[in-house]
Amino acid sequence: MRGFRLSKPALGLAFLALFGSSIVMAQAASDALAQYREMMADDNPADLWVTRGAELWKAPRGPRQVSLEQCDLGLGAGVTKGAYAALPRYFNDAKKVMDLETRLVHCMVTLQGMKLEDVVRQPYGSGSRRSDFEALAAYIAEQSRGMKVSVPLRNKAERKAYALGEQIFFYRGGTHDFACATCHGETGTRIRMQDLPNLAEQADARKAYVAWPAYRVSQGELRTMQWRMNDCLRQQRFPDLAFGSEASIALITYLAHNADGGVMAAPGLKR
Amino acid sequence: MIRKSVRATVILAALLLTPLALAATTGIGEQAKMVVQQSFRAKGQAGMDRLVQDDVQRICSRTPKQAPLSAKEIERLMRSQEAAIRYPADGNYVGDWREGEKIAQSGIGMQFSDDPTKPAGGNCYACHQLSKTEISYGTIGPSLYQYRALRGDDPDLARRTYAKIYNPQAFLPCSKMPRFGHKGILTEAQIKDVVALLLAPASPVNQE
Repeated sequence: MRGFRLSKPALGLAFLALFGSSIVMAQAASDALAQYREMMADDNPADLWVTRGAELWKAPRGPRQVSLEQCDLGLGAGVTKGAYAALPRYFNDAKKVMDLETRLVHCMVTLQGMKLEDVVRQPYGSGSRRSDFEALAAYIAEQSRGMKVSVPLRNKAERKAYALGEQIFFYRGGTHDFACATCHGETGTRIRMQDLPNLAEQADARKAYVAWPAYRVSQGELRTMQWRMNDCLRQQRFPDLAFGSEASIALITYLAHNADGGVMAAPGLKR
Repeated sequence: MIRKSVRATVILAALLLTPLALAATTGIGEQAKMVVQQSFRAKGQAGMDRLVQDDVQRICSRTPKQAPLSAKEIERLMRSQEAAIRYPADGNYVGDWREGEKIAQSGIGMQFSDDPTKPAGGNCYACHQLSKTEISYGTIGPSLYQYRALRGDDPDLARRTYAKIYNPQAFLPCSKMPRFGHKGILTEAQIKDVVALLLAPASPVNQE
């Protein structure tokens, strides 16, 4: 099955069949998803993004026609193994805390000579318009699989990003007075049938964090942590969280540190 | 004389620096507000004004590391929210429960991805159990199944229920529930329909 792309309707049907037969109890939904995950474990469509990400990483691109292979993701130029599990982190050359996507942007601009506004034009894929970041994130994250999340906040800048992230996590606003914490600040609740992780607590934060980037079955797309933040805030009725913005990195730092010690299992598989 | 002026300078410097030092240690909340303002872009119906907090939002954004609300703050918050409730002019609080059920089921509205010309839903089922028939309900809020039977004898129940949906902050400070009337998410007629869903004897909420 590796490399074979299931069509979206086929996936949807498989998914519906599992759900439809066991919709009797609320718990059944999460059981069905677990079952579906098990069934698909060796055939996560995310593999397609990983493959494309590897090609993008190695291909000479941009005005300078160089690859990203000399990009320093925090463990040294060109080191990809374990890099995702240790992000976000402070980068001395950029003088700021960066997550994977912002670091990739940095490398595309500084190494490959691309223009910033061109690079960030398509942060999230939509149908035939694919995003390089989703493919690259799948490829890089995959090389941290089985490794522990390690974002220990070693310096002032990382501690500040975490503190800001915590403030933003509890920041209520918008028409509905929602904060991240409204849904993700309590243990053992659910929205409709969907279990809600308490992202302020280590156990739930680990489980949630280590599965991203993830293939999103309902969208037929691989989604990154930046997308996850953006889409949560959309549902919070906030405006559009800018790709790579300081708030997005602060939130991801907050989540990553709370998930410290969790074992990376990305790219995961989500409903 | 010289010594005096030196001392005065030291005191002056200390006075000038104290607020700076304070800002550096206590300003993370203010810094976060600035970061939030710089990190979002207006999109669709979601303008940047959505990030500007009112009293309730500001007071209810505390992290677990911060001190809890004082009794005085709670009192002031509830009073101010209660005073802002606008009751229906016709004195009628109960609409059509069938419409109320549709509103309770619908989670659309107010997102930048939503059509602003379509009415918003209340999405009650996202957080509350309401009926025996709808098993896909959330557990963030309490179950409202058998609402009428469990709150039976209160002659003011319809008015109080209307007010609770209009602005839950008048009843439970820092409640997670949206202020459906206060923030203009639901119209007066829609809130009446949701009241009916909770109160009408024929509503699925009140069926065995």
